[in-house]
Amino acid sequence: MSALALVGGLFALFIPTAARAEEFTLAVASNFTTPMQAIAAKFEARTGHKVNLASGSSGKLFAQIRHGAPFDAFFSADQVKPSRLVALELAKGSTLFTYANGTLVLWSSHADLVDGQGSVLNTGRYKKLAIANPRLAPYGIAAVEALQSLGIEQSSRARRVQGENISQTYQFVATGNADLGLVALSQLMRNGRLSRGSAWIVPQSLYRPIRQDAVILNRGVDSPALAEFWAFFSGPEVQEILASFGYTADFSPEKAEKAEKAEKAEKSHVE
Amino acid sequence: MLSDTDWGAIWLTLRLATTVTALLLLLGTPLALWLANTRSALRGPVSALVALPLVLPPTVLGFYLLIFMGPNGPMGQFTQALGLGTLPFTFWGLVIASLLYSLPFVVQPIQNAIESQGPRPAEVAATLRSSPWDTFWHVTLPLAKPGILTAAVLGFAHTVGEFGVVLMIGGNIPGETRVVSVQIYDHVEALEYTQAHWLSASMIVFSFAVLLSLYLLQQRKSAVGLRYGA
Repeated sequence: MSALALVGGLFALFIPTAARAEEFTLAVASNFTTPMQAIAAKFEARTGHKVNLASGSSGKLFAQIRHGAPFDAFFSADQVKPSRLVALELAKGSTLFTYANGTLVLWSSHADLVDGQGSVLNTGRYKKLAIANPRLAPYGIAAVEALQSLGIEQSSRARRVQGENISQTYQFVATGNADLGLVALSQLMRNGRLSRGSAWIVPQSLYRPIRQDAVILNRGVDSPALAEFWAFFSGPEVQEILASFGYTADFSPEKAEKAEKAEKAEKSHVE
Repeated sequence: MLSDTDWGAIWLTLRLATTVTALLLLLGTPLALWLANTRSALRGPVSALVALPLVLPPTVLGFYLLIFMGPNGPMGQFTQALGLGTLPFTFWGLVIASLLYSLPFVVQPIQNAIESQGPRPAEVAATLRSSPWDTFWHVTLPLAKPGILTAAVLGFAHTVGEFGVVLMIGGNIPGETRVVSVQIYDHVEALEYTQAHWLSASMIVFSFAVLLSLYLLQQRKSAVGLRYGA
């Protein structure tokens, strides 16, 4: 009798908590890892659910998802990869949304190299300009577009070095090996302030928006906790965190429509 | 199949691996000789330093090299004082990083080959009035030949396959620092899997051919040696 009561007691201990607190894993592009840690901590404190984060470059995460990585949702650094996962029927199109809008910054670790107009680019008084690889990183594409708009894409070429992703580009500048770099504002902002050096926020008119999309993967489709997280993301707490990292939020109301469009467009060139 | 940039990366990789292997044999052989013979208290610490790149993750090693060779690092200050500028993002920056990274793969086989000879051959040569220099060239080195060949193959292969360090201090500049491993990674990250497959396949075939021919050469040499000996 007492043994049965003990077993019953053990069940009582585990079952209700297991039913309430859930666990899920998010694959997060490296440039969004730090904000996501803050967001996940808030969400965990609020709901009691557990959020696991797996971070890496979007291309690497995409390849891992295609080969069965145990992720429930994907926060990419671009819009292409989530849409392609939808087209491959590995993700649910109706959950696709733009979670952040990146801002490009011309940055130097020297306190006085970059002025308020970014004219150092035109005077050419620098040795190395670091940008992210435009073939791989959305910030790299934006950097090349900005240089084109400024009319110095060609002339700056000889002095350009490329980071594989935006965090490596940041490293090149932070260690002083490149005196200038086009990096993400989110990398420089801590508690709403520039952490060090000098910077010029590149006007949004000089490059196409750097939109980052997220999508729920097949494995996470039935998770109520993940659905809760999706709702939580548009709330004021998350928006505040995003802003403090220099992201401008962009929640397109027509997300379902966008997903449908992406599905049609992508279906044609899937391997 | 292979694009022009792929070929550029292949050529650059071969240039890098050849340069690094040659320099490592030049620098690594005296170091191995010293390590094999010395009774100095420095033997332990130096051996540990040589083996360190085996343990450190390449990206970490690369990150510290970036600081060390950068404008504020000690080596960066030195190269700038010499009027050479800084080394990251240049071919010679890659060479130096690869030298460090591949060092244990060259020093250890040579050291083992010299140690396994024991003191006997050098002692015999000395009783025949051979100078230390002569003994090194005509006794120690020829006897250590298989170890040196192994060292060359490992040093070369390891430099060809190097990725993390190069990614960190290279800056991905075509013709200057974009080696094959980085080019393959680029293709994978850009979701261009077909090009990645082609380049990887050529790298595997090439590496296999180089390793096979060197091992066959080594085998035939030792077979010849045996015949003469018998």
